[in-house]
Amino acid sequence: MKKIFAVVIAVILLGVGSLMLVNGDKPKDKTVAILNVSYDPTREFYHEYNQYFIKSWKEKTGEDVEIRMSHGGAGKQARSVIDGLKADVVTLALAYDIDAISQITGKIPANWQERLADNSAPYTSTIVFLVRKGNPKNIKDWDDLAKDGVQVITPNPKTSGGARWNYLAAWGFAQEKWGDEAKTREFISKLYKNVPILDTGARGSTMTFVHRQMGDVLLAWENEAFLSINKLGADKFEIVVPSVSILAEPPVTVIDGVVDERGTRKVAEAYLKQLYTPEAQEMSAKHYYRPRSQEVMKKYEDRYPKIRLFTVDDTFGGWQKAQKTHFADGGVFDQLYNTR
Amino acid sequence: MQSLDINCSWNIRFFHWFLIFSALSFLAFFLFMPIALVFNLAFQEGISVYLSAITEPDAKAAIKLTLLVAVIAVPLNIVFGLAASWAITKFDFMGKSLLITLIDLPFSVSPVISGLIYILLFGANSVLAPVLKTYDIQIIFAVPGIVLATLFVTFPFVARQLIPLMQEQGIEEEEAAIALGANGFQTFFFVTLPNIKWALLYGVLLCNARAMGEFGAVSIVSGHIRGITSTVPLQVEILYNEYNFTAAFAVASLLAFLALITLCLKSFLEIKFSHEINVSNG
Repeated sequence: MKKIFAVVIAVILLGVGSLMLVNGDKPKDKTVAILNVSYDPTREFYHEYNQYFIKSWKEKTGEDVEIRMSHGGAGKQARSVIDGLKADVVTLALAYDIDAISQITGKIPANWQERLADNSAPYTSTIVFLVRKGNPKNIKDWDDLAKDGVQVITPNPKTSGGARWNYLAAWGFAQEKWGDEAKTREFISKLYKNVPILDTGARGSTMTFVHRQMGDVLLAWENEAFLSINKLGADKFEIVVPSVSILAEPPVTVIDGVVDERGTRKVAEAYLKQLYTPEAQEMSAKHYYRPRSQEVMKKYEDRYPKIRLFTVDDTFGGWQKAQKTHFADGGVFDQLYNTR
Repeated sequence: MQSLDINCSWNIRFFHWFLIFSALSFLAFFLFMPIALVFNLAFQEGISVYLSAITEPDAKAAIKLTLLVAVIAVPLNIVFGLAASWAITKFDFMGKSLLITLIDLPFSVSPVISGLIYILLFGANSVLAPVLKTYDIQIIFAVPGIVLATLFVTFPFVARQLIPLMQEQGIEEEEAAIALGANGFQTFFFVTLPNIKWALLYGVLLCNARAMGEFGAVSIVSGHIRGITSTVPLQVEILYNEYNFTAAFAVASLLAFLALITLCLKSFLEIKFSHEINVSNG
């Protein structure tokens, strides 16, 4: 018995030892690393963009740079940054989440959105519907989502930026159609009664819809919808374009408090600026974002469905106001969701 | 009368088999099938895809981090578990039952809460934040936070395994040793430890399995930075969310392997040393 015990101890020690060896051979180079904290559907785009930036930074400065990525629901990601996740840059789904970082931590100036062109959003997107092949529930526009027997998949607006765009797009449609707050509320309330599950991020909802086969329609980022079709087959899903939707501007910014502390300001700023170059704009188009550059947009015009888009500023008076009215605790979303 | 008896025993027999059958089919459905499915999906594109999925840099970093966390958390839990159960079972003191309750706390708290308490404690808006900032210590969204969260959720495993056994063994042997002139350390290493070694190993096994597999608490404090703060369970989630199903299941199969090994060792210990592990079987 003693022998067995000794053997076990020896195995454990061996394990510890080999682990230390494995850890010991870490190269101790002085590569600069920056952390990009992003929202869910940007994974594929930034994966490609990072390679491009690393290469061009090396060509320009001779320095190696490493880019670390963290993805999740935009609200959750902003929360992590507020709680101390040291992001050099944030590339989130909507301006309010960056506003929140600015207000609570003071690590970004309040006018951060004016620092880069186009409201600091180098690419835009919109919200469309993804339905199962053949559109069995015959979903054509927003009002079909509130019908009985239709299951709608959308993430939780409290944690996901995409979900907030979804909600505001539906609200904007209803307001235009009925022009009446009570009717709009009734429509939104009915719509969310049709939601069987609220995931925390857009990617979670996509997985629920395409992989777990739940629901009849997914409210999705346009790029996420195209990605689902490309990755999982055009024979399974199709995109339905509603009559009107929202112009989604996912903004980017440098976290001043972090880059100044870490001495990474130069590379972090270059990282974001380069998003506006023709090459990067092409990449964003490749991943089905709508590029800001008119030339690139023209080139790929026919791949984007034509939708009339309204903006948060025009319809809701800006993100600050929209957030306070709709998504704050006890706001309209809570009122409507809790009475369902 | 006789016919009734036959009826009765037939009923009992039927019930007997019914229970066995339902238990087995339940196991097959909820345990064996998922595990088989994980391996099936992991190998669906062949062994070379499997190997490249688990040797890819991010996956390797996740495996390293998981091992590192276990190597720190498990020994600390051994020390704590031994000390706590030694104190609780061999001595009488005020607040003993309170201590036992506290040890059980991580079992009754949701892992998400366990993660959140560390954010509240060490986050950028916590009371400790200025101190951490002065000394440039990063706890949450870094390896130390992951280790702390893992420590918290694995806290009870060793102590919980040892306390009942040591309680039953009593203190006579230790008293005899001390009467014969042994000092505290001698008593512990030559009398107490040999009596509990298999139970200790059993506790370590469970503790290690949980330390490597913990998702909830670690997910909260990790920050999800690829290749830096992703443990194996978190890496599985990342890969799955990137439509990389084969790689996700390949990495998940490592955890399944761990579970199988743990299960085998556990059964081995149970069969071989049942009386030295659990009092009830003794």
